Amino acid sequence: MDQIQAIEVHNLVKKFGNFVANDNLNFSVGQGEIFGFLGANGAGKTTAMKILCGLSKPTSGKIRVAGYDVTRQPDKVKKNIGYMSQRFSLYNDLTLKENFRFFGGIYGLSASEIKNRTVQLLDRLGLGNDSGKLLSSIPAGWKQKLAFSVAIMHQPRIVFLDEPTGGVDPITRRQFWDLIYEAAAEGITVFVTTHYMDEAEYCQRVCIMVDGRIDALDTPGNLKTNHHAANMHEVFLKLARKKST
Amino acid sequence: MTRILYILQKEFIQVLRDKSMLPMILFIPVLQLLILSYTATFEIRNIRLVVCDLDHSSESRELAGKFKGSSFYNIVNYVQSYDEGAEWLKKGTAEQLLVIEPGFAKNIIHTGDASVLLTTDAINGSAASLMNAYGTSIINQFGREMAVTATGSAQLREALRIEPQFWYNPELDYKTYMVPGILVLLVTIIGMFLSAMNVVREKETGTIEQINVTPIRKYQFMTGKLLPFWIIALFELAFGLLIARVVFGIAVAGSIPLLFAVASVYLLVVLGFGLLVSTITDTMQQAMFISWFFMVIFILMSGLFTPVESMPDWAQWVNKANPLAYFIKINRMIMLKGSGFSDFSGLFFGLVFYAILTLSLAVWRYRKTT
Amino acid sequence: MKGFIYKEFLHIFRDPRTMLILFGMPIVQVLLFGFAITNEINNAGIAILDESKDEMSIALTDKLLASGYFTLKENLRSRDEIEAVFRKGNTSLVVVFEPQFSSRFIREGQAAVQLIADASDPNTAHLLSVFASGIIRDFSGDISIINKPPLTIRIQTNMLYNPELKGVFMFVPGTITVLLMLISAMMTSISIAKEKEMGTMEVLLVSPLKTWQIVSGKVVPYILLSFINALIILLLAYTVFAMPLRGSLLLLLAESILFIVMALTMGIFISTISNTQQQAMLLSMFALMLPTILLSGFIFPVENMPDALQYLSHVMPSKWFIVIIKQIMLKGLGITYFWKETLILALMTAFFLIMSIRKFNVRLA
Repeated sequence: MDQIQAIEVHNLVKKFGNFVANDNLNFSVGQGEIFGFLGANGAGKTTAMKILCGLSKPTSGKIRVAGYDVTRQPDKVKKNIGYMSQRFSLYNDLTLKENFRFFGGIYGLSASEIKNRTVQLLDRLGLGNDSGKLLSSIPAGWKQKLAFSVAIMHQPRIVFLDEPTGGVDPITRRQFWDLIYEAAAEGITVFVTTHYMDEAEYCQRVCIMVDGRIDALDTPGNLKTNHHAANMHEVFLKLARKKST
Repeated sequence: MTRILYILQKEFIQVLRDKSMLPMILFIPVLQLLILSYTATFEIRNIRLVVCDLDHSSESRELAGKFKGSSFYNIVNYVQSYDEGAEWLKKGTAEQLLVIEPGFAKNIIHTGDASVLLTTDAINGSAASLMNAYGTSIINQFGREMAVTATGSAQLREALRIEPQFWYNPELDYKTYMVPGILVLLVTIIGMFLSAMNVVREKETGTIEQINVTPIRKYQFMTGKLLPFWIIALFELAFGLLIARVVFGIAVAGSIPLLFAVASVYLLVVLGFGLLVSTITDTMQQAMFISWFFMVIFILMSGLFTPVESMPDWAQWVNKANPLAYFIKINRMIMLKGSGFSDFSGLFFGLVFYAILTLSLAVWRYRKTT
Repeated sequence: MKGFIYKEFLHIFRDPRTMLILFGMPIVQVLLFGFAITNEINNAGIAILDESKDEMSIALTDKLLASGYFTLKENLRSRDEIEAVFRKGNTSLVVVFEPQFSSRFIREGQAAVQLIADASDPNTAHLLSVFASGIIRDFSGDISIINKPPLTIRIQTNMLYNPELKGVFMFVPGTITVLLMLISAMMTSISIAKEKEMGTMEVLLVSPLKTWQIVSGKVVPYILLSFINALIILLLAYTVFAMPLRGSLLLLLAESILFIVMALTMGIFISTISNTQQQAMLLSMFALMLPTILLSGFIFPVENMPDALQYLSHVMPSKWFIVIIKQIMLKGLGITYFWKETLILALMTAFFLIMSIRKFNVRLA
């Protein structure tokens, strides 16, 4: 491997008391890759992602994100990543423009950069004329797209998306994935957790977690061939069934 | 530095956009100053008195007349027996009962030794001792006047002439004393609740996570959170001072810049404490309860309503950890007596110490990671 | 139904911070009022400016300091120092003896003492001036045998119900009332508003439980908690502060339950008119707590307030309850003395209950 990996995880363990949320995870994600993190609720996806973003500390393990050690150089990591949480986390009582300005500002963008990026991102969403509207007046599906735009506003090397399309209708989900592809085309690595199996097909590689462990990690194509499955949904069910027997 | 400015901008927009905020900021000071300064008074007036005159003489009627003429008393009834009068005290429809024994006038004239009975409902102990003092002084005054008429001498001279003077507040207006204290209470409540609620609210709505993944530093975040409330609270103080001047006619006797200088340090203590509360709680309800708990203790022990000097030594010692007591004392000194910095430098440095302490604790307790 | 009440208890007991408020607050408040806070005056700082320093002025100074009301902070040398000593704030009263104090008394039969009080605190200033005057008059009577007044009126004073003038007697009824209000009204209103905000109220409403079952499930834990709290405060007052219970305990507990139920219906009413926790909190804070503390006669006597505020105090349920507690505990009276207050509380309960039901039905329709 001559190129620096975007994410490298070695022997990641996270325990809450006696409960092991992440049991010795090992994987790496290449620059510009769309990497899917799959699993049932409680499989440990969000926990792992929070550790990668520096929101939570690992119990043990060596984790490098954007080439920096997550525990030792958290500030360097944070400059290079974007994050979109499972819970919607922009400010409802601010306008679209004000949300962009605030997050751009605390990422250290200059005033002119903020202005340009805001116009560019809002235009891409077709919301150029709504920049003065309060976020609370925007429909839910649009809010998710806005949250994504805010997360990539400072042009991070990696963006972490925690179940970004939860509770969103299929058409909006489709549009959301178009945004993800555009970001990836610009060279941004996308790390996305989801439990929609159709979305897994859109990823270049997927990692399936069961009970805190990685059960499978490969391209969707390889996974389907190896498990003799027609789609990712079947792959997932087969893995889950194998587990229970 | 510019990052802090972006946080400031955002906090101000949020505060000013909140529809319940502006009325709260303007309405609470007026409400507190007007209601508290009229209610929070230990002045005793219009004591409800029942008179039981068993002598029916011109002297006894004259004594009752002295009570009637006093601005402190309000005679609610005349009764014919002690028991009847005691019933009024029992029901709570009167506070004091004056019984003039039969033979009162005869004793004054013949033996020079008469007696009356003054009974007071003493459930409110401090009010009772005051009511007792008022009653006693009216009766004594009456006695002295009777003595003057009896001896026929023009004036009975006391050996010592007492000349009382009341400085700074010659009318003994209780409101003058309460208003500076209430101003402190006002900025404390506003500062404490706004800051305690703020970070917790971001926790509850989840926006705090979005901030925690950014490279922003703790001190930048805390400064950005703190400054808006600091400015709002100082504005409240200015607004409150204006109301004190216009409505109550209380002008600041000392230096206004000095007052604001002390207030700005004091507010750092309050805001630091509020932020500390918000870092150790998860919901607004918890933050509310914790701040309420400490506020009640701070307020009760602050000297706002009751004199600090009268508390036992251990309580006064505990009170050294009560920033509210420091600022109430300083504010009263500056506003009413025109005290200068050298008069309260010790108290001021106490506030500086607590400001550093609470702010460091708040920054230390705030965790970007779990 | 049973499981439902159990769930409410779990919510309350799982959070140590709520427990702190529920049980820490009453204990701390009663102890503070009992041991620390007093509006009596003792050990007030005074300064003496003695311009004669003779036999008489020294004797009077000793008499003043021996009284226990005053502590000598400073001896002043000139009048110019008075202002400075007040500004420092540790001295509330300056006693000034005029020059040639004794000789003037002997020559002219009268000498003057000035009592200069720092009246920025008018209450303390007034009391100190009254106390000092009393001591000086006493002294004056001792030295002026010639001028002894030919007649005295002896005053027998009688302090009913609280001969030692303890502050606790005043504060315990108030503290009980405030806490019952806090727990019953504030906690219920916030807890119901929370279920509404989180959407869990709808889940309960579609369940086979009847509305009254849901509501009583919410309030039963608070009734119990309030009741336990009232008992704790009474026990503290009784054991630690020797506060008497002259009337019937049973009657006191029955009246407490009436007040608790009243406060609960009030809490339910608040929750029906507020949509979020924060609204319920602010409403309880400003509509309940402040008036309960200020207008109920808890700390400050209502009789001295302006008329408008006195009228306002009549609609405060806490005012009536405090009267009832005092009548039972301190005066040992029976229901015949406060049936009116009891009736008022009962009517208020009915009022809030009817209003809540109407509000609730409107929302469902």
